[in-house]
Amino acid sequence: MKDGVLDRVRLTGLTLAPAQVWGGVRLVPVIRADAPGDLRLAGRSYDESAMVVSLDGELLDDGIKYISYVPHGLVVSWSDDGSPAAAFGANMATRDGKRYGSSVRVSHRMAKREDKQRLRLLPLHLAMEGFLALHFGGPDVAWSEYSQQTLSRGLSPRREYSFSGRAIMGLEDALRVFEIHERQVGVLIFVADAFASAFVVSHPDDYRQLHRTVLDDFYGELIFQYGLYGRSGHMDVELNTDGVTTLDDLGRALDTMRAEWAAFHQYMAAGVIDRPLTSTKVYRCGPFQLQRFSTALDLKGENHIGEAIARADGTIEYLKTYRLSGAQSRRAYLLSQLAEHNWNLAATAGALGQSQDDLVLRLEKAGFGYLLKDHVLRAARRRKRR
Amino acid sequence: MTSTPSTPESSADRVAREDLVMFINASFACSGQREFYSDASGQSVSIEFLHHYILGNYRRLYVRTLAAGVNHFNQSQIVLNVLATGADTQPQDRAEENALITAALAKLPPQRVYRLFDSLRARRVNNRRTRAVMRAYIAGRRDIAFDAIKYRQRLRVAASHAHLALPGEIGAFLFRGWRQRTFSTELLETFRQAHFSKAALYRLPYSVAEGFAAKHGIPRGEFLAGIAEQMTSNEKLRMQRASARSGVALDIDLARAPLTRLAIYVAALTASERTARAAELHQALTEAAKRAARRSQRRLGRVAAVLDRSYSSSGTSEKRRRPLAVAIAASYLLRQAATEYRALWTPVLDQADDLHATAAGQTDLAGPLIDALKWRPELIVMVSDGYENSPPGAACQVVRAYQRLISDAREVSIVHLNPVFDAEHYAPKTLGAEVPTVGLRDAEDVFTMIGFARFADGKLPLSELEGYLEARVGQFLASARGARS
Repeated sequence: MKDGVLDRVRLTGLTLAPAQVWGGVRLVPVIRADAPGDLRLAGRSYDESAMVVSLDGELLDDGIKYISYVPHGLVVSWSDDGSPAAAFGANMATRDGKRYGSSVRVSHRMAKREDKQRLRLLPLHLAMEGFLALHFGGPDVAWSEYSQQTLSRGLSPRREYSFSGRAIMGLEDALRVFEIHERQVGVLIFVADAFASAFVVSHPDDYRQLHRTVLDDFYGELIFQYGLYGRSGHMDVELNTDGVTTLDDLGRALDTMRAEWAAFHQYMAAGVIDRPLTSTKVYRCGPFQLQRFSTALDLKGENHIGEAIARADGTIEYLKTYRLSGAQSRRAYLLSQLAEHNWNLAATAGALGQSQDDLVLRLEKAGFGYLLKDHVLRAARRRKRR
Repeated sequence: MTSTPSTPESSADRVAREDLVMFINASFACSGQREFYSDASGQSVSIEFLHHYILGNYRRLYVRTLAAGVNHFNQSQIVLNVLATGADTQPQDRAEENALITAALAKLPPQRVYRLFDSLRARRVNNRRTRAVMRAYIAGRRDIAFDAIKYRQRLRVAASHAHLALPGEIGAFLFRGWRQRTFSTELLETFRQAHFSKAALYRLPYSVAEGFAAKHGIPRGEFLAGIAEQMTSNEKLRMQRASARSGVALDIDLARAPLTRLAIYVAALTASERTARAAELHQALTEAAKRAARRSQRRLGRVAAVLDRSYSSSGTSEKRRRPLAVAIAASYLLRQAATEYRALWTPVLDQADDLHATAAGQTDLAGPLIDALKWRPELIVMVSDGYENSPPGAACQVVRAYQRLISDAREVSIVHLNPVFDAEHYAPKTLGAEVPTVGLRDAEDVFTMIGFARFADGKLPLSELEGYLEARVGQFLASARGARS
């Protein structure tokens, strides 16, 4: 870790409290014993049905655009010298892009500075944009299998879909009945005991304000399906009463029980916590580093992308993660394999241990058929049928 | 259905005892309203099932539950169900049933009784006993003219359903309408005049006048200032904040308000208001608790209370902050009844006085329970909705460990009082087998509940429970007779 760029998400200064379970949703509180308050977050809501984010250049210039439903944003304010920062919310009347009618907003970048020490960011879209931009440029060698459009414009348009938190069955109720701890700054969300997302902020007051906004975030297909059919398993940590003879012993046993819960939840969230990450710097806010990251791709395991703000010593001040669905992981994996082999189909197929036709069909199945010339696809299909 | 204590309990008896304890427990807490963790329809389906199940299987005991101190909602449900199934009454039980119904109705607030009459009509229950019960109730009302204007529609329905001849002008007023004539009964005449005169409506009860105020378009502030004299103390207490919004101060006599009501009022105040009026509120709560403790005449020894003020104690829009208010009230009451008392709030309360408790944070019952045990009380009362989450299931494990492992453990009884009915389990949510759980509606009933708790942990046989109920029936009927004479 250098200058707050994370190589792992460590729970320095944070502890996990026992989960609160409601139906299929398990919410694990994240507690921060001591929040200095020099970084504050506030929510801002948008009510348009779509936002067009201009990733390079001016609002309406040509260039790469990110289009999505963005129900809310976050406003980060910080101080350089460790003094408490003020939390600016939606009330701060600043111009945030431009509205067109009541249904579209055109906006600047994922993270946009609004004032000297204030930054607006679009939560999770920041991470998702990084994911979509993966090898976005497309082949840099003009292999004949790729369509003309791919060669000239890369992977554009690249798209993914996901589900709003409101579509996850039981999440809204679980958030309603959740009892927020006094020093709570975050939550780990499990649906049917699958780790869905982590959300951590810097200050307990901010968390209280933002608790319900995780409902406006988006979640992968797996989590949606688990919400429909899954249940939370019954888990119990027993009070270990070996050698307990006094009430003080009993008090210590209770502390141990709490620690065991924390260790257990940390184990359940091993998809993100303490797992090696690849981080990319996004913005420098004084002593804090905003970055997005992804875990190494593992086709058989959990894959997460996310964004974080960390101090120089690696303390997490803001964290939001998204669990990729299986199909999304596969797409990212295929792209990374292609990129690694200079987009050469034969070489990639060889490395993956399959025939070129299989790879072509695999690409088509993954949703990348549009990258290849039509006759290449047809030929592969024909040969496979035989 | 009977057994002597000397023989081991038969399985039929065990089932009967468990069913009854479950039902009585549910009837202490449930009011068919929305709770923090479950909705109103779930609550009413659940409690209705229990009523029908117990009525069908243990009719005599079902009726006797009227005397066990169950809440008003369930008392009226019992009366309704019993009247609707009069044919099933055994001849030897008939006299007691009738006496219990009459006594229960006399003690219920009139709005409950009139609503019960309405449900009797809706369910088309119109047997001879039902009519006699309605006739006797209405004949016994002290001021029927008052009822006639305050519960106009309900009384009309009851009168036509039970073919009652109402005294004086009441019948004409209800059935031929107030337009027909002038009245010599003062209240009825005022009601008639209030349709035309703004001055007359200030002589009507508050809830009746409210409609006329809207009709005449009287501004809220002006109306509240004028009607203040006619409001009951409960209405004044309830309207404190609403009237303050329209700039009217209703002077209330906090010293006369009942304990739980007062606690609900206090729980609705903001933290700064409570701090500013701390002395006054503390005084009022203490006085109310003293009165309630005197009435119950119960004395307790060294008592510790573990009180839940977690976020879920904020209740719902139908029962706003009720679990928290019940905990505050129970704490004040126990302080008065105990020789030594200590309150432990979870999450920990910074201020010394219970009246500063607000609903926020997680539920950690085990930690305060250990602290309570260290203080070596004779009785520990836990007031909580039973949703323990930090960590879950720890409280009952602590109790188990205390009883088995702690070398210098002393005999301590632990009772869990739960103000919330859990619809899914047909009972208030328990903490575990080691702690008996009893439902609780009003804090004033704490002593009844502590008395009942010994049945909740399943150690006493059915015969004891039957004996307990019989004794309660005796007291109930005696107090009703006392009130009448």
